[in-house]
Amino acid sequence: MAASVFAPWTDPDQKPLIEFRNVTKRFGDFTAINDLSLKIYEREFFALLGPSGCGKTTMMRMLAGFETPTQGNILLGGQVIDDVPPNKRAVNMMFQSYALFPHLSIWDNIAFGLKRESRDKASIEARVEEMLRLTRLTKFALRKPHQISGGQRQRVALARSLAKAPKLLLLDEPLGALDKKLREETQFELMDIQEKTGTTFVIVTHDQEEAMTVASRVAVMDEGRLVQVSTPDVIYEAPNSVYVAGFIGDVNLIKGTASARTTATVEEPEAPTQPAENTPSAAQQERTPRPNSYGEWLHDTLLSPILGKRVEAPKPKQLPAPTPEETATAKAAEAPDIPEGGLSLKWADGEPDLIAVNGDPALDGKEVTLALRPEKFSISKTKPTGVANAVKGKVIDIGYLGNISTYHVELPGGLMVKSQVTNTRRIARRDITWEDTVWLSFTATAGVVLPE
Amino acid sequence: MRRAVLIAIPYVWLVALFLVPFLIVLKISLSDIALARPPYTPQLDLAAGWDGIKSFFAALDFENFTFLATDDLYWKAYLSSLKIALVSTFLTLLVGYPIAYGMARAAPEWRPTLLMLVILPFWTSFLIRVYSWMGILSTEGVLNQFLLGIGVISEPLQIMNTNTAVYIGIVYTYLPFMILPIYSALEKLDDSLLEAAEDLGCSRLSAFWLVTIPLSTGGIVAGCFLVFIPALGEFVIPSLLGGSDTLMIGKVLWEEFFSNRDWPVASAVAVILLLILVIPIILFQRNQQLAREADT
Repeated sequence: MAASVFAPWTDPDQKPLIEFRNVTKRFGDFTAINDLSLKIYEREFFALLGPSGCGKTTMMRMLAGFETPTQGNILLGGQVIDDVPPNKRAVNMMFQSYALFPHLSIWDNIAFGLKRESRDKASIEARVEEMLRLTRLTKFALRKPHQISGGQRQRVALARSLAKAPKLLLLDEPLGALDKKLREETQFELMDIQEKTGTTFVIVTHDQEEAMTVASRVAVMDEGRLVQVSTPDVIYEAPNSVYVAGFIGDVNLIKGTASARTTATVEEPEAPTQPAENTPSAAQQERTPRPNSYGEWLHDTLLSPILGKRVEAPKPKQLPAPTPEETATAKAAEAPDIPEGGLSLKWADGEPDLIAVNGDPALDGKEVTLALRPEKFSISKTKPTGVANAVKGKVIDIGYLGNISTYHVELPGGLMVKSQVTNTRRIARRDITWEDTVWLSFTATAGVVLPE
Repeated sequence: MRRAVLIAIPYVWLVALFLVPFLIVLKISLSDIALARPPYTPQLDLAAGWDGIKSFFAALDFENFTFLATDDLYWKAYLSSLKIALVSTFLTLLVGYPIAYGMARAAPEWRPTLLMLVILPFWTSFLIRVYSWMGILSTEGVLNQFLLGIGVISEPLQIMNTNTAVYIGIVYTYLPFMILPIYSALEKLDDSLLEAAEDLGCSRLSAFWLVTIPLSTGGIVAGCFLVFIPALGEFVIPSLLGGSDTLMIGKVLWEEFFSNRDWPVASAVAVILLLILVIPIILFQRNQQLAREADT
């Protein structure tokens, strides 16, 4: 995993390249950024992720120098840069619209920034040629921006912003204008170029797949605050709030009342785990279906009332990333006898409580939400034995996506959950169909218990 | 059929209202002055049949054009008109560009109001507006009274009846024609281009020269043509605001027509004026065409 070899944020001695110190930005009455502190390290590929209006673009514009913080400071390499105008910052930006100069050729677009420095002609030419090669644009050097395709324009914009070898490159929704296939290719290209040049990248996006694919760390933002800043796998596996769980990927939210299983014997809450082969790779997530109208209804009815409360609530304790040891523990947890500790969740009348051994016993007696990723469920027609949790339900809908199938299962009490199963067997051999009664099972550590 | 009619409409319009009048003027310019009504010969006598047509064409000659070339009044008038038109176009650009820029940068809710204010003078008669400049610029005019009043000058300035007054009049009158095309070019300008220029190391000023100006060239060129062309043949402004030494071809044309009643010479002057105007227009069109071809 990349995080184990490259994780400057875990090292307290590392000097951050960028530091936001209690930055607040207001536009009139509107607070775009609210008392935000953040450190970004050299060579990081850092993603700012959030819905539109969450303040991610404002943060980027403050880094570029187009906005100044109302309160607080931004530091670049230890220097306060609040009063440094954009043309004096060692920061370049790739604009969402690419902002290529339509009256200049590709070559002149890339050379534009270099010509502003007092460089000699030969070194400008050499640098432009180098950038053209890096972005595979040599053939198009003499064309004008409107004579090339969208993907090529995107590469010109990247080449132009990298030409001056900035300490920090800002990418504002860089792939938004590309179609899905090209976007996926370009994501890997971006990662490749970032690795080659060693430049620190900060990318703003509302596309969670994009953020997860490219970034070394992801900051999930909401209403001018950072909700969670962590590596993609922690964001996915151990979201610290219902908001983050719902924003990244698909999630089933089961509400209930928590009760401690044994009196606080578990010191550390265990990380949510799963069999290692199920670790969601980026590619797998890209296959995640978009929520259909039913999923959106689920979100609206279940998630939005909670979201309102979420903001005022104190920041819940963040769960650590699963380490190999924890994964091993989790494997052990799959054995019939369930480890002690954690929480049990009373979620519906007349149904057995759900067990989450990784739940924080301090939540005893509180209303909580169990967040479960669709791929964490096992689905079977017969009641499974030796599992921590098993609930009965009825298949309402099946979404067949080729490599995986999504089952929409109605649980007792009317709660609709999604379960994703890899189609290891050919479709003709599949035995579960509409209206079938099925059992959904999951391990005692498959979910994440999130406080209300 | 419907298609043909639709296509025909602009052609009929151009032929009836441009080509035919031009041919009539051209024909008169090749005729000789006569004490008759209309005051030139020959007249086409279709009743005389083929001989009539032949004698008609035989009587046409370029005498009037050679006359224009020999009398230095005319080419001086052409040159002076060109100079006045060029200088006033340049002055209009200097005044108009900042106004257009300011309008394009204004808050979107203000733009319709500002556009309205630019167009508003058209609601008053052109003649009345030029007359009011006489009231402002004359020795007893508002401007001199004001400057005398605050003590900047001790004697009234002679602005009225000089070329300066003509420049003021032309710049004032044609300013909207300069502002509107430049405004429309600047309004389309994407702000992120300027931010990109700044991000890449430009100061505000160099971003203006390297991005804003090149991207508003189309508007500048269009505005300059819209001012230059009518200014070249301008008659009302030089005759009302200009002095005896203001020599403009429009005034010469007027005098030939109405004072000398020499229609053939006046027509010759008009034909030459038209040719002078057509050349830059053709050049401009060719330039646009080349730009388009280079783009595709």
